[in-house]
Amino acid sequence: MLSPTGNTGDAIFRGLMFLVGLFMVSVVIAMVIALASDSMMSIRQFGFGFLKSLHWNPIKGEFGALPFIYGTIVSSLIALLISVPFSLGIAVFLVEQAPHYVARPIGFLVELLAAIPSVVYGVWGIFVLAPFLRVYIEPPTATLLGWLPLFQGPITGIGLLTGGIILAIMITPIISAVVRDVLAAVPGSQREAALALGATKWEMIRVVLVNGAPGIAGAVILGLGRALGETMAVTMVIGNRPEISLSLFAPSYTIASAIANEFTEATDDLYLSALVELGLILFLVTFVVNGIARVLVWNVTRKTGGVGRAA
Amino acid sequence: MTTLTGLCTLFAVGLLIIILSYIAYRGIGSLNFRFLVDSPRPVGEGGGIGNAILGSVVLLALSSAFGLPLGISVGIYLAEVGKGRFTSAVRFIVDTLTGIPSIVTGVFVYAILVLPMRHFSAFAGGVALALIMIPIVARTTEEMLKLVPHSLREGALALGAPQWRVILGVVLPAAASGIATGAMLAIARVSGETAPLLFTANGSRFFSYYLDRPIASLTVQIYNYAISPYDEWHAQAWAATLVLMTLILGINIMVRFITRKRF
Repeated sequence: MLSPTGNTGDAIFRGLMFLVGLFMVSVVIAMVIALASDSMMSIRQFGFGFLKSLHWNPIKGEFGALPFIYGTIVSSLIALLISVPFSLGIAVFLVEQAPHYVARPIGFLVELLAAIPSVVYGVWGIFVLAPFLRVYIEPPTATLLGWLPLFQGPITGIGLLTGGIILAIMITPIISAVVRDVLAAVPGSQREAALALGATKWEMIRVVLVNGAPGIAGAVILGLGRALGETMAVTMVIGNRPEISLSLFAPSYTIASAIANEFTEATDDLYLSALVELGLILFLVTFVVNGIARVLVWNVTRKTGGVGRAA
Repeated sequence: MTTLTGLCTLFAVGLLIIILSYIAYRGIGSLNFRFLVDSPRPVGEGGGIGNAILGSVVLLALSSAFGLPLGISVGIYLAEVGKGRFTSAVRFIVDTLTGIPSIVTGVFVYAILVLPMRHFSAFAGGVALALIMIPIVARTTEEMLKLVPHSLREGALALGAPQWRVILGVVLPAAASGIATGAMLAIARVSGETAPLLFTANGSRFFSYYLDRPIASLTVQIYNYAISPYDEWHAQAWAATLVLMTLILGINIMVRFITRKRF
């Protein structure tokens, strides 16, 4: 970093660059203003009731976001539940256990999972994953655990569970990449100290995991942020029905998929306004969630000069 | 424990291979030259994705034209020029923007461009994709610039060059290949975006290169065909998916080979 000089060219250059930085800030401010002003009609009409109402009936002019909020949260939680153990396992394997010549190509392949677009996961979800779950996974689950309300009701392969699983596949490369950065940023002296005290390799890894805990928490929250806003793949497999059902087999709806599905169909202003308000909610939630995650991850990786790999 | 963690990794890699090979298996059947150049036809008459490929190219060109210069400038600002609280705020915002759902970007662009213009347009789609591109490009640019050794800057400054010439003439070229690969990854990333295009560029069943009209894109076409009830369109969705994945994986693997020596 250099300090200002007396050069005119420098002054102009710095001014231009400052404007560019200002542009980024103004984009975020403009997003809030645009989303808030376009959802004003719905905010005025429903107030906080929007978040609590169960009924989404565009024909009657009733708009309540609760089914979408429920679907979004539950599908994301299913995704985290499946993805977090896998991501930790992958990260530990690649950073602590696998030899370098294995870790690099395998790490690249895991990251490639993140390069597959959402819509492609959706196509694969509709035609491969959903039928697979319908035939091989959901019937035995219903027989074994059918006494739980979570696994009751008709089996279609389309629903919350399928949405959660596809989300889990999509966020695993993201979480594991950030956890890898976090683990790599834990100083080698920690490992040596643990080993020198007579710890086994596994005990040493536990020390490393505890050391990286805040960063790992950040990685998980980052994955949560991604899962909350993921649109296309979920839209294609979750069933898109604005109802709350305890069963994971039942069709559901998320905030993002409601916007994707109904935005171009919204015929009256109130309907459109309610959908924009859903967008505003999603924006605010993901902004906060990502902000928290960034702070947690930064504290671990930036201090030690690690470079964040994940986008 | 090594077995368990290794199994996790194996499972993830296995899934990747299963997904990719299944796309190849289902896609290859409907793939031929006519499919790549023809425009869509009604069910039963074949048709292709030529208009969607053209549309995606137009959208990517538009978004690169807006997004790359801006993203690289933001990266320069973060790495070379800015300091203090405001810069930290910008860095925080750039980082957080990468996590904003792309569908929200779509709604935002709809509100500021589509509503005032009163119709969907390729221009709006390009802006939406550019907004997704900027933070990604900015981050990689910042990181690449930070890898450039300080002695290079000091040497140029000692020769009497003003700071702007040092940055643009010495530091930026030194990081150029890294920034270029970052830009390519950003293009690969937005070429798979669907959600922000649904209500900005929308879609079209005809060849179009007008920037103020709706335009087709590979991803939206894949989506529309996949959720349609027709087997023929499903087959075309798989073939279009194969085309899209070839492009995206091609870029990713190419970048990997270019950067292998340096990282």
